[in-house]
Amino acid sequence: MQTARGEAGFSLGTLIRRPETGSLIGFVAVYLFFAALGGAVFIGAPGWSSWLNIAAEVGIIALPVGLLMISGEFDMSVGSIVPASSMTAAILCGYFGFAAPVGIVAALCVGLAIGYVNGILVTRTTIPSLIVTIGMMFAVMGLTLGFAVLIKGSTSVSYVPDPLTKSLLGHFINGMFNVSIIWWIGFVAVFYFLLHISPLGNWIYALGGDRESARSAGIPTDKLTIALFMLSGFNAAFVGVAQVMTYQSAQVAGGQSFIFNSIMCVVIGGVLLTGGAGSVIGIVLGTMTFAVVNQGIFFAALDPNIGSIIIGALLLLAVLSNDKFRALAMSYSKKK
Amino acid sequence: MTAPVLELRNIDKSFGPIDVLHNITLQVKAGEVLCLLGDNGAGKSTLIKTLAGVHQPTRGDILMDGQPVQFSGPRDAAGRGIATVHQFGGTFPLMSIGRSFFVGVEPTKGWGPFKRFDRKTANRIAVEAVQNFGITRIDDGDRLVGGLSGGERQSLAIARAVHFGARVLILDEPTAALGVKQAAHVLRIVNEAKRRGLAVVFITHQVMHAMAVGDHFAVLIRGAIAADFHKGEKTREEISDLMAGGESMADLEAQLGTNATV
Repeated sequence: MQTARGEAGFSLGTLIRRPETGSLIGFVAVYLFFAALGGAVFIGAPGWSSWLNIAAEVGIIALPVGLLMISGEFDMSVGSIVPASSMTAAILCGYFGFAAPVGIVAALCVGLAIGYVNGILVTRTTIPSLIVTIGMMFAVMGLTLGFAVLIKGSTSVSYVPDPLTKSLLGHFINGMFNVSIIWWIGFVAVFYFLLHISPLGNWIYALGGDRESARSAGIPTDKLTIALFMLSGFNAAFVGVAQVMTYQSAQVAGGQSFIFNSIMCVVIGGVLLTGGAGSVIGIVLGTMTFAVVNQGIFFAALDPNIGSIIIGALLLLAVLSNDKFRALAMSYSKKK
Repeated sequence: MTAPVLELRNIDKSFGPIDVLHNITLQVKAGEVLCLLGDNGAGKSTLIKTLAGVHQPTRGDILMDGQPVQFSGPRDAAGRGIATVHQFGGTFPLMSIGRSFFVGVEPTKGWGPFKRFDRKTANRIAVEAVQNFGITRIDDGDRLVGGLSGGERQSLAIARAVHFGARVLILDEPTAALGVKQAAHVLRIVNEAKRRGLAVVFITHQVMHAMAVGDHFAVLIRGAIAADFHKGEKTREEISDLMAGGESMADLEAQLGTNATV
């Protein structure tokens, strides 16, 4: 962990100035709140599995969306990449009868390709990424619907995966924990390495801090931006594939919830909307907070509308507290 | 006599029909500070961008060490040792000192795809480089750049340029947004860079700051060099008057109805 610094050691002051601290406090508070209301079931395995399943799905997408936001870009197209990739996999395997790996690879390539086009449009034109990816979202949505109707003649395609594929991508461990939780943990490790350990992470921060300075410092800013968009396309497609394997069918609609949910997780996790700051641990905490609220509502038997209000309020609080913690981090200096 | 590190000969620059620079001839030698004075809109930015390789001159030659050169872009100019430091230091406020110091040239440990950013080495070198310039208050490479004062940020950017082998340092209004103490800080750094044998181009419209460090002065008015002189050849009032475009400062103040001795 980063908090255990060699020379600085562990101290409350250092902890408070870590950018993730706000997110951690938020998560603990939200969890305690719903644990009190939801009772034993929420604290036990059923509760954990239900929110972890949600967290894993949105979390896999939130990671690259967060990296993009740190680099100063938005990706709204993830919401349509999820159904596009699950439809690709389901049509190839369920309708045409290809083996599962063919469908999976093709679906992931769809995600990479959409991300590539996003990246090219953002770097070659002056259109802001928010607009580019919204446009891309609608275009991909339309294409998915068009091809599904053209090929299958309906808006949903079913597919029963073979046991191995099912156990890798759509299995429920103990009948409760979706295997994608493990994939999520894997992705967290990879993204943690990318952002915080490899030199690439420095480039991402620099890109979000000041694109011009980053370019004049010799960072291949366009390539990096395109790669990040491809990463988010890939992860969204991965979730699409996992959904087919889990629910054994693909729908044209669905997936739109990922757009705002992924951004919400990232922002609650302390990533700066304008880029330049954020961390993987923060994104993970933000995702967990979001998932706990999302599922805690049912366990606490609250009106689902109240859940939306809580998430909205949480978002505002998160941005406010993140600003506060960032100011603290700015004024941080080592004690002598 | 050694050739100047950087020299402009009869440089013209126009953007379409608009002429911005006319017949600019300037030179700066190693260990010398050239102060470029000029009011807003005098063409200072265009001149800096031409020096830094952002713009190609329409006519005229750029020479480095007496050899004609052509910069294909800012990276080419930087590769030849021309470093530009902008008003706000061109650094990243939310990055740590160590990280921002090494943006683009990160020190790494490990091999292949598992290369790791070497935080400790980066922090140590960055802090040493800044302290060598006399900024001893910076002692922790994990501090965020945004937490530094304006003067410290400038100093960090200058130390960075020097560390990476700059020979010509272009400082674009480094003292414009700073208080008196902070400005003095930056001026001391400029002197230190000069002492180390760098050629410094110092852009400012504060005559006091220019006179404190300059060896050689050029006043730019409407895209042309209006005056070119050395240290001690002109008084502060004369320079101010030149910058105001020939009108004396006293006249200007009279027009504005203000008192010069406020």
